[in-house]
Amino acid sequence: MKRAADFIEKLTSVIFTLCGFLAIAFVVLITGFLVMQGTPAIGKIGIAEFLFGRVWASTAQTPSFGILPFILTSVYGTVGAVILGVPIGILCAIFIAKMANGKMASFIRGAVDLLSGIPSVVYGLVGMIVIVPFVREAFNLPDGATLFSAIIVLGVMILPGVISVSETAIRAVPKEYEEASLALGASKTETVFKVVVPAAKSGILTGVVLGIGRSIGEAMAVMMVSGNVANMPGLFKSVRFLTTAVASEMSYSSGLQREALFSVALVLFVFIMIINLILNFVVKRDKEG
Amino acid sequence: MTEKISGKRKLKCVILNGLMYMAVGVILLILAGVIGYILYRGLGGINLDFLTNKPSLLYGTVGILPNILNTVYIILITLIIVLPIGVGAAIYLNEYATNKKVVRIIELATETLSGIPSIIYGLVGMLIFVTFLKLETSLIAGSLTLVIMTLPTIIRTTQESLKTVPNGYREGSLALGAGKWYMIKSVVLPSAIDGIVTGCILSVGRIVGESAALLFTAGMANEVLGIGEFFLPKKAGSTLTVALYMYAKERGEFEIAFSIAAILLVLTFVINISAKIAAKLLKKKGANP
Repeated sequence: MKRAADFIEKLTSVIFTLCGFLAIAFVVLITGFLVMQGTPAIGKIGIAEFLFGRVWASTAQTPSFGILPFILTSVYGTVGAVILGVPIGILCAIFIAKMANGKMASFIRGAVDLLSGIPSVVYGLVGMIVIVPFVREAFNLPDGATLFSAIIVLGVMILPGVISVSETAIRAVPKEYEEASLALGASKTETVFKVVVPAAKSGILTGVVLGIGRSIGEAMAVMMVSGNVANMPGLFKSVRFLTTAVASEMSYSSGLQREALFSVALVLFVFIMIINLILNFVVKRDKEG
Repeated sequence: MTEKISGKRKLKCVILNGLMYMAVGVILLILAGVIGYILYRGLGGINLDFLTNKPSLLYGTVGILPNILNTVYIILITLIIVLPIGVGAAIYLNEYATNKKVVRIIELATETLSGIPSIIYGLVGMLIFVTFLKLETSLIAGSLTLVIMTLPTIIRTTQESLKTVPNGYREGSLALGAGKWYMIKSVVLPSAIDGIVTGCILSVGRIVGESAALLFTAGMANEVLGIGEFFLPKKAGSTLTVALYMYAKERGEFEIAFSIAAILLVLTFVINISAKIAAKLLKKKGANP
């Protein structure tokens, strides 16, 4: 009896330990596969040619694999989404955390939650049917599927993340800060914007970095509104992102083209890892400070 | 209190307040616009035929029964696999692990996993499950991909819930002579069930909304798969989101796409409310254990 019980104890402990280490195994597996599959093409094409080449013509007679257009599009798209979404998101977070009364706050919070639950293809669909034609009409373009349309969609999609993280950060600011500021004669609004928000800045920054990650990794919605042409980016040009480059050619690719797509994914992965590092850095500094 | 704040300061406050209200207004407007527009365009196309048919050129039918079933199947397979792993990992982290460094590394790995965009999961899932393990595009390959993707969620919510289980429960159980596994099974896990449920709801939400990770792993087929075959290799099928994408982007059948979007919105709403209820129960328990 005792031996059997001991055995079960040992077994369960081993099983739980294995489960715990599985997350690490998955990270190693994903990194390993991406590096293994992504590096050969970079070697064949040449890293400078690959990263800084301005022309992507994967199916041409003499194919050319330069992904600078994708990299720049992803960067511009993300910067645009941040410029558009972050101010609105932070203002909304301030409102929920400090200005609104209980009922109003929970109503808006519910709305934000709902916004974050909407699948990205639904955003893509609305963007495709509403925003793309609107952009075409408003700016008198031959095609409305442009970087600009993608930025609008991405800006909306990063809102919920920015809002909920910033709100938590703003709420965590000690009440004494506020009371001291109010006692010194500052108005409520002044207090919130000049005392509370600066005190919550590292938390808000975390929200912004999360938004950047979300925006740079988004594929489907962007695919539906950005026109998917490998141009060097321009605000009113059809463009292709790192994510959409992978998604759009994968189903019919072969040979070096396929390998190059894995390399594109590897580049995207490196971007995400850098963002993760920044995030850990910010979060850690926040905890220590 | 005779001294009033200066006009300039007052003006600043008014402007900041105005901007805040505007931001909130913009967000509510976007949400109302997206929901209203999709329901307006989509609800009309939903009827019993639409829900219970499969698309067939031969019979001239359109319908999303296969996509509904595939979504349910994928949710089932994913949860059945990810739940034991995720809960096990959380138990390891909270009950077994003694080395702080190991815990930190595992947590870092789960954070990394949750930051990886779904298109990368789709690609790696294709490399590992579809090609390397020779499952071909199939629901099971898609589900295994989603297992890695939803693992961080399950681990996090379970862990949060385990942390709220008072240590007295554990000590009491051990003092009565129970082994560690018996203690976990009969005392700790039942008290943590709400966290596990929350994790499940959040994962279901993520799976319902997922498209990029499934496009190249679960495939795009629209066949009805029976109960006895959906988990077999080579049985491909598209979920609601993937079907929406295909109808909108590849075939230009927007009415069907909007109807699917309307269904997805309703699902999102239901999942959101369930998550809120579960979270409320969790909080109640945390307040008076």
